[in-house]
Order: sequence, then structure tokens, then C-alpha cells
Amino acid sequence: MTIEMDATRQDLDSDVILDVDNLTVDFSSDDGPVRAVRGVSYRLRRGESLGIVGESGSGKSVTSMAIMGLLPRTATVNGAARLNGQSLLGLNDAEISKIRGNKIAMIFQDPLTSLNPVYTVGKQLAEAVLVHNKIGKARAREQAIELLDLVGIPNPKQRVDSYPHEMSGGMRQRVVIAIAMANQPDVIIADEPTTALDVTVQAQVMEALESARKETGAAMVLITHDLGVIAGHVERVLVMYAGKPVETAPVDDLFYSPRMPYTLGLLGSLPRMDEARSHRLTPIKGTPPSMVNLPPGCPFEPRCPISQDICRETEPELFQLEIPGRSSACHFHEQLVDAEAGDVYKTDTAEAEEA
Amino acid sequence: MTVTEGVPTTETTHGDVVLSAKNLVKHFPVRSKGVLRRKVGDVHAVCDVSLDLKAGETLALVGESGCGKSTTARLLLGLIPVTSGTVEYDGRELTTLSRNQMRPIRSEIQIVFQDPFASMDPRMTIFEIIAEPLRVHGLFAGGGRQRVKDLMAIVGLNPEHVNRYPHEFSGGQRQRIGIARALALNPKVLVLDEPVSALDVSIQAGVINLLEDLQEELGLSYLFVSHDLSVVRHIADRVAVMYLGKIVETGTVAEIFASASHPYTQSLISAVPLPDPRKERTRKRILLTGDVPSPVTPPSGCRFRTRCPKFATELDEDEQQACIVEMPTLQQTDTGPTQSACHYSAPVELL
Repeated sequence: MTIEMDATRQDLDSDVILDVDNLTVDFSSDDGPVRAVRGVSYRLRRGESLGIVGESGSGKSVTSMAIMGLLPRTATVNGAARLNGQSLLGLNDAEISKIRGNKIAMIFQDPLTSLNPVYTVGKQLAEAVLVHNKIGKARAREQAIELLDLVGIPNPKQRVDSYPHEMSGGMRQRVVIAIAMANQPDVIIADEPTTALDVTVQAQVMEALESARKETGAAMVLITHDLGVIAGHVERVLVMYAGKPVETAPVDDLFYSPRMPYTLGLLGSLPRMDEARSHRLTPIKGTPPSMVNLPPGCPFEPRCPISQDICRETEPELFQLEIPGRSSACHFHEQLVDAEAGDVYKTDTAEAEEA
Repeated sequence: MTVTEGVPTTETTHGDVVLSAKNLVKHFPVRSKGVLRRKVGDVHAVCDVSLDLKAGETLALVGESGCGKSTTARLLLGLIPVTSGTVEYDGRELTTLSRNQMRPIRSEIQIVFQDPFASMDPRMTIFEIIAEPLRVHGLFAGGGRQRVKDLMAIVGLNPEHVNRYPHEFSGGQRQRIGIARALALNPKVLVLDEPVSALDVSIQAGVINLLEDLQEELGLSYLFVSHDLSVVRHIADRVAVMYLGKIVETGTVAEIFASASHPYTQSLISAVPLPDPRKERTRKRILLTGDVPSPVTPPSGCRFRTRCPKFATELDEDEQQACIVEMPTLQQTDTGPTQSACHYSAPVELL
């Protein structure tokens, strides 16, 4: 189930910086194994930005946690994740610590819990630098100030001695970005970096992230449920549902011609700020399935408006579409060419939710 | 500072207005540390807010966290006492009523909370949760049981599930239970405090459609408190934008989104990401600098001036003086269709 994002660019494989291949994550529970991630594959090229979209529980965060080696021991991780050819899975603590924060870094959703409240931000930034570099403390502090400046914090010379609680949410998230950028990583994974922030602050923080990325040339995996953020900040998108990618496409194609009923439903259920109220939203009925004892067949089948018998029996592979770089996990993806959400999803019927 | 119809030519007879607030002020005391807990200042949560909610319309109260939109909603409901100002419902002044006098009126103004997980007692069945308002108001005897089942059907839940507990339902379903509970007493006004913010988009759309249907069928008036401008554009008839305890701009939804005149509204609209890659690439963002000032010591004059892009880049020193000294009032703008609280209002097309 490898997704060849662009068949014509095979020769550029040396360009691939992060290669995730058939990654699975299981957690054990009283009711049997929870199959949180059921085979995720993607390739990220140097300097590229990939968006991962999905609703709560789709496995988008767990995938990245597995890549970063941040899952608890109770999780069973299989498959492969290679950074620059080096495998990231199965490394011991000391080995992964050399890579984490150095070659690959992560930004979390809540900046208050990802910063240590008892140290100044300068100290935490310097720590990130010193762990991977043998330079003096004074030099590390200078670098901390430069990094704060890079992410657009005013008066970095004074701010370097502030504690996290003295800063606003947007400022804290900038500090977290600065820490992630400290060692000029090749890959940065941003997991819902602006979800906890107000829109005007979100715009500032995304701007800071973009400029920091430009400076370091890092590739980015942007994980979010906000399709608006995805539209403006990535080149390619991977849509996840029930622990698996269900559609991958360049960003324009995904938004203008989705080929998986789930993606179509997601786009149709978005209220649009750029359009006057003219249509009803098209909600997707039902709720995502439980990840324990998934029934056979397509996991989206119970919610899908175009499902047929085959969907209940066989789970569709991620089919390569005729357009390079596009794939869809739907038996009937061909029916969805030029489909509108309003046509596929019937909106006039009662939208009762079954429990 | 009154939020009335943008164009005075439309019929604005007094009878139209169901809920009206005048010059609402709410200060929360800031107390010192230690034993004495002396009052050392005030959080100016809501400052001189006036608004009218008309029958059958949706008025959206928009703003970022800490701007006082939820506090305003709670003041209207009488859930927290006002510092000053009046709330009038159906010709009656609410702020001076006692708890007993207030109770019958509460049945007509109900609220739906943001977090459907926290707003229900986990030990009560859905039946008891929806029946509780009926019991409190002595309406349960005679047909209460059927009423609960009807309500569940109205909000799109299976009436057979009345004996389940909240944890057995998903977020979207729980929010529907919250709506059913709010509808139990046949209210005329529903205050919706971020009703869809905690839900995934595919679920959120169903709840938004439900709210639209209910308004049409039952003739409800909504006060829709939200930070999400996309949802507001979809559901609201009129919009009031709040910043640091004040309404800075108001108008119909079409007016606000087509020609916002206040710099804050403009930056708010321009900051919302659009789910449309081509538009996103060509859009120009008005980026704000800095953070919202403390509501304990709000800036003099215009409260937005510390972050205002217009103040910082377009105005000369003489013009800036007005922003520093004089608090702008909410008034009809000469150049645009909205009412805006800015000395230098000018409509800008952003979308």
C-alpha cells in the first residue's frame, strides 16, 4: 500500500527525506486490540509540506507519535519509518534522542503543556541547542535570542528571560516553534499547531512557522482538522479515516475534485465564510466506527451515501488514480468525477442520528 | 451604542424586539493575595454593550476569547448579576427581578452550552435530563412522558433511547440532547453559547442544519455566541463584533462580510483561513501585531488602538491623537452600510 505520490519522479527518490511505509499501531484494551493506525504510507520530499487531515480519532496524531518514538511501551508499532534512510522505529532511547529534536522535531497543540513552567524560555531554548551541539552556554543563549527573533517575538533580548506563564498563548506557541527549529531539522511535524489559538493569533503563528521553515528549509507534516489551514499551507494532502489514508492528492485537486465520498462529505459540511448562505450544509450521517473489532469492508460504508454490497465485503485498497499523485480508497471513485457534495449526500431527508 | 437595524428605513417597530439590553456593564473584582483579599481592581469584562434581538432572527455575537461575548450572554439570561445597565424582555425589566419573579421568565429564554460533555449530569438518564425543566416548572404531570419523546424526535434522536446515559452518546448527539432540554419549555429565545465549537465538522453541519430547521418551525430567536466566522456567516442574520468588552461593529451578515468598516472586523475576517487553495494563495492578510491588552487596564480612547494596523501605519500623529484621547462611539458610518466604533471607519472588501 505504498502511495507513489508522483510516478514520474521516481528518479528523485534520493530526495525523499521521510519515508513512512505501512505503519501500524495497536493498543491493547479490555475489549481486544485497538487498531489505531492500520497501514499508513507516505513519502515526504526535502522542503515539501504535506497535510494530514482527519477527524478526532482517525489516527493522525498517533501516526506521528509513532514516528517520533513518543508512544508508551503498551503500543505495538509495526511497519517502517525512515528518516534519510535511517530507520526510526525500534531504536533505543539514547539512539532516538540523538535524532529527535535534531533531525526531526515536533510541535504540539497545547503550548502550555509542552513548555516547562519552572524554567525561562531562554533556558529551554538553550537546552534544545546544547543537547545536540557542543557550544558554550553563552553562545547557546545568543542562539536562543536569534531564534526568538526568527519567530517574530518582539524584544527577544528581554523576552529570553521570561517564564512561559508570562507569555500569551500565541507567544508560547512561537517559542515552541523556535525550539523545534533550534537545530535546523530536516523534518518538522506540527500537530494541530494553532487549534488552541484565536484566529488572528493563528494567522500570526502560521506566518511565524512559514518564515521559520523558509529559513531552515525544513520539510513539514502539518496535522490538522481545519481544512482552511490545510488549503493555505501545504502542497499535498493525505486524508485519514479510521486509521488509514483514504485519499491523497495535491492540495488543489483535493479541494476542487475530491474522489472519495468522505472527503466530499467533509468539504460539503464546511460552512463557508466566502460564500453567502445559499445552500444547506451536507452533514455525514452517523459517527466514525469504533477501532476495536472493525467489521470487514470499507470502514466508511455505514456513513457512505453511495455504498453497495461490495463495500460491506471488501475494504478497498488505496487505488492509484489516472492522475499522477492521486489515489482514493473507494470502489466507486470513478463515479465521483465532478460530483458535488449536494448531489451525493441527500440533504432534504431528515438528518436523524442513529445511536 | 445601540445595535439596531443597519438601515433605518426598514420597519423597526418596538414590538419586534423580544430581548433588549441597554448599556450593559459587568466588572469582576480583582482581589489581592493574602488573607484580606482586598479589591485591587476590576476586570472590565463588558463595557456599555447595547443590543436588540428581534423575533425570529439570529443575532451573532462574535469575538475572540476574552472579549466578553459569553459574559454578555450570561448577563442577558440573568445568570450573573449586572454591574449596571438594563435587560428588557417582552417589556419587563429583568435585572431587578428576584429569583422567584425570574423563574417563569426563564422558561422563555433558554441556553445551550458549548461543552455537551460537561453540561449534563452523567448520573441522569436522557429522559430525566430532558424532563427536568418540565418538572421544575410543574409541567411534567399529564403528557410529560410523551413530551420528552416528542422532543427527542424533534432534534433527530431515536426516542427509544430515552433510558440511556449521556456517556452512551457521541458529541453531536449530546449537543442534540442539550438542544432538546433547552426546547422543553417552548422558549422564545435561545442563547447558543458556542454550540458547535466542540464538534467535528461532519457532525457540526448536522447540528447547524437542525438549528436552522428549529428556528423555521418554532419561530425562535437565536443569540448565537461564536468565535467561528464561517459558521456565523452561514447561520446569522445580523452580526455584532466584540473586542475587549465593547461592540466595535454591527450590521447585517451581508454588510459585515462584504464591507466591514472597523479595522478589527477587517483583520478578523482576513485571518480566517478559507478552505479554497486558490483563494488562499491570492489573499492578502491583515496581520495584527501583539496581543489583546489586559481588561483590567484597558487602553485609553479606542481599545483597539494598541493593535490597530490603521493606527500604526496609516494615521499621522494628529489623527492618532483622536484614537488615544476619545473613545469612538458605535454609529452609522458615512461610507459603509455598517455601524462601526472607529474614528476612521472605511469599508474594505475582503472576500
